[in-house]
Amino acid sequence: MKITIGATVTEAGSSVRNKTGGWRNMRPVTDLAKCKRCGICIIVCPDAVISMKTREEGPKTDYDYCKGCGICANECPFKAIEMQQEER
Amino acid sequence: MAMKMVLRGNMATAYAAKLARVEVIPAYPITPSTLFPEKISEFVANGELKCQFIKCESEHSAMSACIGASATGARVATATSSQGLALMHEVVFIAAGLRLPIVMAIGNRALSAPINIWCDHQDTIAERDSGWLQFYAEKNQETLDLMLMAFKICEDHRVLLPGMVGMDAFVLTHTMECVDIPEQEEVDRFLPPYKPVYKLDVNNPMTFGAFSSPDNYMEFRYAVHMAMESAVKVIDEVFEEFEKKFGRNYQRVVPFMVEDAEVILVTIGSMTGTAREAVRLLRSKGKKVGLLKITTLRPFPKDLLKKYLKDAKVVVVLERNISLGFGGAVYPEIAAVFANAARRPKIYDFIIGLGGRDIVVEDIVKVYEIAMDALKAKKAEMVEWIGVRKDEIEVIK
Repeated sequence: MKITIGATVTEAGSSVRNKTGGWRNMRPVTDLAKCKRCGICIIVCPDAVISMKTREEGPKTDYDYCKGCGICANECPFKAIEMQQEER
Repeated sequence: MAMKMVLRGNMATAYAAKLARVEVIPAYPITPSTLFPEKISEFVANGELKCQFIKCESEHSAMSACIGASATGARVATATSSQGLALMHEVVFIAAGLRLPIVMAIGNRALSAPINIWCDHQDTIAERDSGWLQFYAEKNQETLDLMLMAFKICEDHRVLLPGMVGMDAFVLTHTMECVDIPEQEEVDRFLPPYKPVYKLDVNNPMTFGAFSSPDNYMEFRYAVHMAMESAVKVIDEVFEEFEKKFGRNYQRVVPFMVEDAEVILVTIGSMTGTAREAVRLLRSKGKKVGLLKITTLRPFPKDLLKKYLKDAKVVVVLERNISLGFGGAVYPEIAAVFANAARRPKIYDFIIGLGGRDIVVEDIVKVYEIAMDALKAKKAEMVEWIGVRKDEIEVIK
């Protein structure tokens, strides 16, 4: 590793390389039958790991970076997201 | 033609910031440094200095703003003192770790409690290990010159560390002295604009001071330490260039009558003038005594201290600080210079002039006498307090 002046990271977006999903104890699992596609989970996620390409597909969580904070489950108006114990 | 002005030390450092064309000055006023932001705001209001002057809500905020501004590649200065510097403490370390060449003028003042606004070196001594270069002025001319040189030294790519210029509270900050103000063109030639290695730029995003794991933290700390070590050479180069351009001589350690001296006094700051008078007086009585003034405490001038002190019989360290539970903070460092030497002088420590108590020639003569007694193998304490009225201190048994 290069020890730069002032511990500067000289390129943008380098944190993508560091997959932080391993910190997670609880995994949010979305029940697409209950989900109404309101998108609130996408807005409230502090790590911006939830995305929705099409209505049919519904919201998708990127488990490579999701830390399992549970804000999405707490905020979902339709109780469509359940926090499940992560098992490794 | 350079101009001469009668200035307080604070004003002299404000003139230095103006001459250095400082671009951002975040500040929070505190006695005895208030005159610095006061004069800067006057310069800015009069259009004499094109600079972003940020009035902050605390010293912690002021130093944080300094860090942000310096990271954009701007030349940054501020001033503080005592409790203000103590409140900055957390961010003072960050400025050094981020390698930002911020220059800060300090009115050296005692720390509370009890509250005391007068001269004492405790505030900057408490920041000794922060990674900031430390310069100490003896008179107002030195506050201006050291401040100007500090920018050049700190911004050198071999260094890239922040620096503080200490001046004794009231003795320098508020006392009028004749100060030579260099011409702007001369200063511009001496001090070109700051060229950062990395800077905050929306068009070229970077992360500053990123997370570091146990696997690489030591390397970052070693890099800062090495920058401090290379500052020694840079300081000597800049002092030499300054003398060539402006005719005033600076040295990391300044000797006075040390050649044949058996006893050498070591001083920092304004007490040096008093000590010099005492040395002249003692010399007139045939005493072999000399004086060393430390200008740069960080990087520690171990090479020069060894050179000047090695043949002395007794070294006397005079300190306006106290590491409670031990003694003065500079004494163990000077002792460490000789720790592995086959031949070494006796080294004694004197705590003197805390909280602005006057240091007079008679005090220095008394210190010399105690040192001479020690030389004659009479018992002496390793650390002595000068002028303390021990009988007044309440003791609960």
